[in-house]
Amino acid sequence: MTARLEGKVALVTGGTTGIGAAAVRRLVGEGANVFFTGSKEAEAAALCAETGAQFRALRVQDAASWPGLIEDVLAAYGRLDIAFANAGTESGDASIEDVGIEGWNNVVAINQTGVMLTVQHAIAAMKRNPEGATGSIIINSSMNATRPLGNYVTYSVTKAAVCALAKSAAVHCGQKGYKIRVNAILPGVVETPLIQQIMNAQADPAATRAIYEGMAPMGRMAQLEEISGLVAYLASDEAGFISGAEIAIDGATTAGMMGV
Amino acid sequence: MSDLGTKRLQGRVAFISGGLRGIGLACAERFLAEGAEVVLSDLDAEDSDTATATLARLGQAASYVRANVTSEDDWVRAVQAVQERHGAVHILINNAGTDLTGAVETLKLEDWRKIMSVNVDGVFLGTKHFVPLLAASGAAVKGGASIINVSSIMGLVGMSEVSAYNASKGAVRLFTKSIALEFAQKKMPIRANSLHPGFVLTPLLNAGFQRWVDAGAAEKVQDLIDSMAATTPIGRLADPAELASAAFFLASSDSSYMTGAELVIDGGWTAQ
Ligand SMILES: NC(=O)c1ccc[n+]([C@@H]2O[C@H](COP(=O)([O-])OP(=O)(O)OC[C@H]3O[C@@H](n4cnc5c(N)ncnc54)[C@H](O)[C@@H]3O)[C@@H](O)[C@H]2O)c1
Repeated sequence: MTARLEGKVALVTGGTTGIGAAAVRRLVGEGANVFFTGSKEAEAAALCAETGAQFRALRVQDAASWPGLIEDVLAAYGRLDIAFANAGTESGDASIEDVGIEGWNNVVAINQTGVMLTVQHAIAAMKRNPEGATGSIIINSSMNATRPLGNYVTYSVTKAAVCALAKSAAVHCGQKGYKIRVNAILPGVVETPLIQQIMNAQADPAATRAIYEGMAPMGRMAQLEEISGLVAYLASDEAGFISGAEIAIDGATTAGMMGV
Repeated sequence: MSDLGTKRLQGRVAFISGGLRGIGLACAERFLAEGAEVVLSDLDAEDSDTATATLARLGQAASYVRANVTSEDDWVRAVQAVQERHGAVHILINNAGTDLTGAVETLKLEDWRKIMSVNVDGVFLGTKHFVPLLAASGAAVKGGASIINVSSIMGLVGMSEVSAYNASKGAVRLFTKSIALEFAQKKMPIRANSLHPGFVLTPLLNAGFQRWVDAGAAEKVQDLIDSMAATTPIGRLADPAELASAAFFLASSDSSYMTGAELVIDGGWTAQ
């Protein structure tokens, strides 16, 4: 069990920071060869040096650049077993009344079209595995797929959309006889560097932290490693019968209401 | 990377109801392989052939206590046994379950009450009586103690002529969410999640399918297994070991932020 992912090849989008970077570390730690994408070159170089993973700059919504990335992965390792569609944004998003068309389009492009392209190209690559179509695809949705935010309409809508995408792709792969599993994870508030920045930029960082921590009945945010634990499990053969599932990892935030 | 490596449940004690067969037994085998100590319970007498043969095979780290999950006295005895043998418990799997099928107007009230008492009362009583020991033991392990309640995909979606089982497994699903919120809110070191297996090759499934065969729904059990495999996107039924690996994930520190969640292991059956 030491190296559940030995010999497997993984692709992580948005892997330079936050949940994606933690997933790169964990997948490498369990023995996988990892390719990751993103836009932050300095962070990427540091992560490559630390883990031995490989980086390609890629805008996930850019359909034309996907075939080249997949060829690079296959040229390097000859196969693809794991894809973590993690890249996401809320940049330009607002409430239903205030959201502009550019903001909407930007979030849809990255969170929805980008995930579609990731899954589509991952399946195409996994079909080329020497033993036939095999693999595990994990989509990073959000608890806001089931509990939408009033001030982030596009984010909420796209995170719900990719849950349906996971199920549709899972059913399709089954119907085609591919041994490719597709699942969505729905994290609650995770203590990413971005959230830390937001907290530290406030007049009272401690009070802001308390607000974030209070969102989960568990009374704290998720740590990055806790999300990668679930990603690694779903990526491994241990999860061989899990497909088309939505898995909440949110410290009971969406389980129901707090008592009085 | 402390969660990597073998023996990831070293130093932990697990209690598994319905542990002599099927999913419960597979969980016991996996937990033992990960270094846990395991106490099984089931209906069979403590000196029964099944209990003694199973323990002989599982080895020193496993022990058994006879307990009917519908009996509060039996739960009190089971907790005492765990307390005496280990002084702690970190993992509780409320797995014992039974099924019932048939047209709703033909169901007998006593059969309805029986399935509710095993599948629902059993989960309630197990939780109620183990919570103090789980709370006392949970702080010592990363992610706290873990309660895993075995519901079913039949706790998520309805099926014709499965009303009683549907109702019982739906109850397990929401009971689990409520206790997860309760423990979190009180800062008790206990997580609670529900497991939702699809069709798993176990004695329970065989017996259930045999009843459909007896009722004329198919010629033989294998035909029903084949047709279930055909309607499952992954194209096959689950092996109990695949449920055990899911239970292991929920029991381990790797799932430390998961509570009140549902883990569906159904080969895509409910995604369609
Ligand atoms: N097999 C499946 O396809 C499937 C699917 C979904 C959910 N489940 C659930 O998984 C759990 C385990 O099922 P399984 O398939 O391993 O069944 P199984 O019949 O193989 O094992 C269940 C065990 O529970 C024990 N048990 C039954 N009533 C009991 C009682 N009153 N007190 C103590 N022990 C009792 C039985 O003796 C047996 O050893 C059940 O809750 C079941 O509803 C099973």
